[in-house]
Amino acid sequence: MTSVTPLQAPAVRELDVAPRRGSGNRLARFAPLAPALLLLLIFFAGPMLWSVYTAFTNLALTGSSTVDFVGLDNFTRMAHDASFLNSLKLTLLFVVGSAVIGQNTLGLLIALLLRGRRRLVRSVVTGLVIAAWAVPETVAGFCWYAFLYRTGTLNALLSHFGIEQNWLYTTPMLAVILANVWRGTAFSMLVYSAALSEVPPDLTEAAAMDGASGWQRLRHITLPLIRRAIVSNLMLITLQTLASFGLIFVMTGGGPGTASQTTPLYMYQQSFKFYQLGYGTAMALVLLIIGALFSVIYLRLIRLED
Amino acid sequence: MRRTFTIAAVAALTLSGAAACSSDSSGGGSKSKTITVAYQKFGAFIQMDEQMKKVKAAYEAAHTGYTVKLLPIEASENDYYTKLSLMNRSPSTAPDVMYEDTFLVNTDIQAGFLAPIDQYLSSWPDWSQFSDTAKTAAKALDGKTYGVPMGTDTRALWYNKDLFAKAGLTVPWQPKSWQDVLTAARTIKAKLPGVTPLNIYSGKAAGEGATMQGFEMLLYGTNNQLYDDSAKKWVASSPGFLDSLNVIKTVFGDKLGPDQQDALNPNFGTSVSNELLPGGKLAIDLDGSWLSGAWLTGGAKPWPQWSTVLGQAAMPTQNGQAPGSTSMSGGWVLSVGAHAKDKKAAFDYVSLSLNKDNAQAYDIAASQIAERADVAADPAYLKSNPSLKFFTDLVQVTHFRPAYAEYPHVSDAIQVAMEAVMTGQLTPEKAAAAYSDQLKAAVGPDKVASGS
Repeated sequence: MTSVTPLQAPAVRELDVAPRRGSGNRLARFAPLAPALLLLLIFFAGPMLWSVYTAFTNLALTGSSTVDFVGLDNFTRMAHDASFLNSLKLTLLFVVGSAVIGQNTLGLLIALLLRGRRRLVRSVVTGLVIAAWAVPETVAGFCWYAFLYRTGTLNALLSHFGIEQNWLYTTPMLAVILANVWRGTAFSMLVYSAALSEVPPDLTEAAAMDGASGWQRLRHITLPLIRRAIVSNLMLITLQTLASFGLIFVMTGGGPGTASQTTPLYMYQQSFKFYQLGYGTAMALVLLIIGALFSVIYLRLIRLED
Repeated sequence: MRRTFTIAAVAALTLSGAAACSSDSSGGGSKSKTITVAYQKFGAFIQMDEQMKKVKAAYEAAHTGYTVKLLPIEASENDYYTKLSLMNRSPSTAPDVMYEDTFLVNTDIQAGFLAPIDQYLSSWPDWSQFSDTAKTAAKALDGKTYGVPMGTDTRALWYNKDLFAKAGLTVPWQPKSWQDVLTAARTIKAKLPGVTPLNIYSGKAAGEGATMQGFEMLLYGTNNQLYDDSAKKWVASSPGFLDSLNVIKTVFGDKLGPDQQDALNPNFGTSVSNELLPGGKLAIDLDGSWLSGAWLTGGAKPWPQWSTVLGQAAMPTQNGQAPGSTSMSGGWVLSVGAHAKDKKAAFDYVSLSLNKDNAQAYDIAASQIAERADVAADPAYLKSNPSLKFFTDLVQVTHFRPAYAEYPHVSDAIQVAMEAVMTGQLTPEKAAAAYSDQLKAAVGPDKVASGS
């Protein structure tokens, strides 16, 4: 490690000017990284490349002894698969409803409200919100199932007012969206609390002196200053929510019918109930592309606001 | 520097490769021979594990130089299929002997996971004890046999004698047609408010239970079936298919069945066996022979009175046409893996596991319907559970599912059709038409024959 050049600006520039101080030296610098790199290649890049490959094959878990390369067949099949298109629609609804609108807005709101409160209030509220996040996914799913089910807690309370229904049956998407907001808000709240603490108080104070209303201060000072946090938060929760499986699986199992069958649940059905691994991985690839599209949109939107 | 790095990397890779090889070869070593046996062990289902431990000891005592390595897979049914398939995909992890659901046998044969065992069966005297139906359980399209049945199950109507008496219906009850079943349900609905008259599993939430306990118990009592064996084609919507959907419509539309919301709850099956039947809240239940297993001492919901409160009646055919009643059977077989190095030794393990004594012990412990004639006639077996004789007799009229690779898709399409009808989204005619379309998409139009 002694031969490693300290990573300071002048040193870096020096490297640019005189890069040829012997390639052996350079390699030696990477040598300590080699084992980690190798592991990453094998266990990270390997499965990823394999799943990209299988998306173009008819790989089945059982039922066929050969694997054929089928080109874009899986993708053309998807385009005509009404259940898949329906699942995609539900996934978008789930992501926009629970992550982009729910978790993101609620997280920001809680973080804003907590700013400058007493320590006790902060720790109680943060503690409660994080508790929901710390609960394992299946447990959270079951809690919500028990809460919303026909003879569940919510209906026991509502029956005093004469309203009673099976929320998981009549409004399955709303139920899973609410549950996911409940569970995931803590993450956004933490990101925004950290970002807000970086906003210099004198800026907002100065704006207040100039007569800016609370909304104006938020819109023109706070939000632009934390826009990086907004982008990273949106990206992270979008990707997390796109792949969300356990919560929905436990609460509704994708039902009734296919009313809450998002793409990950449909993928599970195709891969592990119908044994069509190739088709399942092709869907995973589509989800990946959708995730990338979301990221591009966020980057664009936030830059435009600048 | 670069060279040393390369050498180190190559060395590391070779080492890990060598380690992998050595662990492989220890699985099927040539000096002391090892037989690997894969089976399911999950939740309350520990009977197979107990049985395999006993057989392992007996096998090792009889075959010196052989060791049996048991691989209990702790997973629910669907996950067990997945894990077993994954193990079978690589010769180094493929088991020599495996516990196979008859419903997947053909699929796994097509995948090349199983080995035919006809040459060993022909010299196994016990094979003649198995009924002809049992012998076809693991017979593939190529005419070869790929497994020995361990036990099976049948399905019929369970009814509550107390509720029947209260409603003024005669006990014992044996309906002669679908109409008789519906009439009894209507009487109960009129006389006993608060009691669910009739449960037929339906919809996607009940999964295969809806297809097999529900729909196929109806369909196989009509003049049509799901698959035409002689033409080797799936049958698109047939008159029998439509009539079966009409029963679903009647049961849920006329409120003879459970509330749709309850029936579409994935946990409904559990509440039937743990709450509704023991609580006297359900009068007639179209369900499996294994149901009483939950009520035995040590079961999930001990209910000692079950054998006096509940009666069993065979499911009648649609209009009482011959043979008068119908049933569906599943069941599991023991198969020899295609990658087994010593297939004779593997088969010896299978035949030892399923000789008279072992098969009987297992069938009693796991509440299975015996497949061997000598076990089925044994008084000890018949006395072990009061409903066993009834369900064993149904083997005469039972059917197996068309266990082809496409079956899971077909089953799903049936559940979709049932659910659309039970919720009133589609008329039976439209749901049957939608089923035809989905069937053609799933298995290919050339493998579908129009129903007659």
